[in-house]
Amino acid sequence: MTPRRLFCFALATASLLLASAGRAEDRFITVASTTSTEQSGLFGHLLPAFEKASGIKVRVVALGTGQALDMARRGDADVVFVHDKAAEEKFVAEGFGVKRQEVMYNDFIVVGPKADPAKAAGKDILEGLRRIEATKSPFVSRGDKSGTHAAELRYWKAAGVDLDKTKGPWYRDTGSGMGPALNTAASMNAYILADRGTWLSFKNRGDLGIVVEGDTKLFNQYGVILVNPAKHAHVKQADGQKFVDWIVSDTGQKSIAEYRIGGEQLFFPNAKK
Amino acid sequence: MAWLTLDNLGLTEGGTRIVDGVSLSLAAGRTVVLGPNGAGKSTLLRLIHGLLHPSGGELHWPHALSQAMVFQRPVMLRTTAMANVAYGLKLKGHAARECAIRAREALGRAGLEHLAARPARLLSGGEQQRVALARAWALEPELLILDEPTASLDPASSREVERIIGEIAANGTRILMTTHNLGQAKRLADEIVFIDRGRVVEQTPVRDFFTRPRSDAAQDFLKEESP
Amino acid sequence: MHDFNEPFVTAWQLVAAADARLAGIVLLSLRVSLAATAIACIVGMPIGALLAVGRFPGRRALIVLFNGLMGLPPVVVGLLVYLLLSRAGPLGSLGLLFSPGAMVVAQAILVTPIVAALTRQVVADAWTEYREQLRSLGAGRPRAAATLLWDGRFSLSTAALAGFGRAIAEVGAVMIVGGNIDGVTRVMTTTIALETSKGDLPLALALGFILITVVLAINAVAYGVRGWAERRWG
Repeated sequence: MTPRRLFCFALATASLLLASAGRAEDRFITVASTTSTEQSGLFGHLLPAFEKASGIKVRVVALGTGQALDMARRGDADVVFVHDKAAEEKFVAEGFGVKRQEVMYNDFIVVGPKADPAKAAGKDILEGLRRIEATKSPFVSRGDKSGTHAAELRYWKAAGVDLDKTKGPWYRDTGSGMGPALNTAASMNAYILADRGTWLSFKNRGDLGIVVEGDTKLFNQYGVILVNPAKHAHVKQADGQKFVDWIVSDTGQKSIAEYRIGGEQLFFPNAKK
Repeated sequence: MAWLTLDNLGLTEGGTRIVDGVSLSLAAGRTVVLGPNGAGKSTLLRLIHGLLHPSGGELHWPHALSQAMVFQRPVMLRTTAMANVAYGLKLKGHAARECAIRAREALGRAGLEHLAARPARLLSGGEQQRVALARAWALEPELLILDEPTASLDPASSREVERIIGEIAANGTRILMTTHNLGQAKRLADEIVFIDRGRVVEQTPVRDFFTRPRSDAAQDFLKEESP
Repeated sequence: MHDFNEPFVTAWQLVAAADARLAGIVLLSLRVSLAATAIACIVGMPIGALLAVGRFPGRRALIVLFNGLMGLPPVVVGLLVYLLLSRAGPLGSLGLLFSPGAMVVAQAILVTPIVAALTRQVVADAWTEYREQLRSLGAGRPRAAATLLWDGRFSLSTAALAGFGRAIAEVGAVMIVGGNIDGVTRVMTTTIALETSKGDLPLALALGFILITVVLAINAVAYGVRGWAERRWG
């Protein structure tokens, strides 16, 4: 095998591998969504139905809400599907999104050590957080501009806790997704605000259990937005709109409601007619 | 008549004068350079071949001569003996077919056709050195320089190498070599250049050098080196 | 105390079941990292060889640079490539982001300095042996570099393997530029990261064992081929 032949062989192999690796003949859209939505397993249940009905494949890139919206601002997604109403409305107001539509809600819960040293258990989120802060019990925050993190900060504020003043070793800001943050909380035996979906599919619970749930304040609203083609001409407007229309349609809403983990419904469709 | 004239050639490295003001006129067909260890013989050969640049002095080539060099340890590429011999020809730009023909021819003259397809690095020391000679010969050089070509070889291989050098010389190529083997020098040389501590001490026809060395240094050298 | 038996068992079960999704993930990992390594060799080996035999101003600085770039953090490379390939970036119109192609690009950038630096070392060592003879025969520096690359092909296979090992083991770059999209850009390392973040540590560990086994197998084969070839060519 002479040097020249080997070189041509290597070149041909590299091109072939590159070409086959880059193959993207399917019709697809890119949806920027959140890690909590993906890790709850909802997409695994929801998307095959849409793909079958429309022939459009959905590629989900799962990041925190803040990251997902930033990604869409850069034009790297066709649709966003996140859960932070304020941030979403800002996104549309800035002209990056066409229209925000509500899709479904799930709820947040506070999980913590089963022994509950802060006596935070109950149905009142604000009171629970106050007690955690008062006892300076370890609390893990996602700290990553996600919808969950934004919600957590709103609750602290509503509870009258000034985090900047009282932050200390008890408040652990990890800057990570839901799963990794739960891992951290489990190993530290700390309290943490989580979405029910991720918690139900989370397997490394350690000594943690649900401490606060059922407060209506804990409802977490999801919205879907088509990225504005006026800002980014390459956005797949037609196919993206099909996805948006489907997910708020009766079929899509029914599919959302049908998703269960261990017999429990996680997401409650509430698209406006 | 002289094919090379050296004019006060010198090479200094790290304060030491390895070659010190060498002025020499080379006209013989077969010149052998002798001298004690560290005299500067190998360095002088490399200066003439162009592998080293002198610190001072000049080389005058009346006609530029095509050269090839064979080193004490044969340097073989990780390929067949044939491909090694052909490599030098390929560098000169010959077509692949011509390289193959001339390489095979050179191997034949060196008595190595039966080893053409063998991996060169798996051959014995003597065989490798003969491949190196074939490689040099294939280039049809006008000057062949050899730096102690049989130093690492057994007597039988050394004889074979001497035979090949003799044939190359008989075909018209000028030979310039060094050796520690005085018998070899007697067998191969027309002329001896004796070097000591970087300087040329004697330049004498071969017979005269061994029977009537003119300098004390040469006399001492012959006394020590003779078997 | 964690039970380390469970991941082994899980790993065996996954492999035995010939799980189609797992096979897809392993194949994608191999395709991406092999392609990246091939590119890194095509680009990096000539650079390394020329650095070894060349003589030009700035050569030493370049050697130090490439040695340093061996330590490029994958996540930084991922971020840089993301910014390049993003629609908002200079190469956005290529539409490469979140595709295996982007992953190949990022890993190729990561691996090229390793291949170049290791090649430089191998060729430099050979150069000390071959230098006088090659110059005597009239080989210019570029030609000598090419000759030494071919001559050192067995030692260079180790450089290529080192590059491949780095590529297939990294997660930071492919996570950012690939997006870990299920069925499209999900490779072994990003799957392990995902399962870890879902708290399914036994599964993540099992996948880790499979990854290590694949890499070890490739290294073993390469070692055997190299041994055979060295005995053949000397």
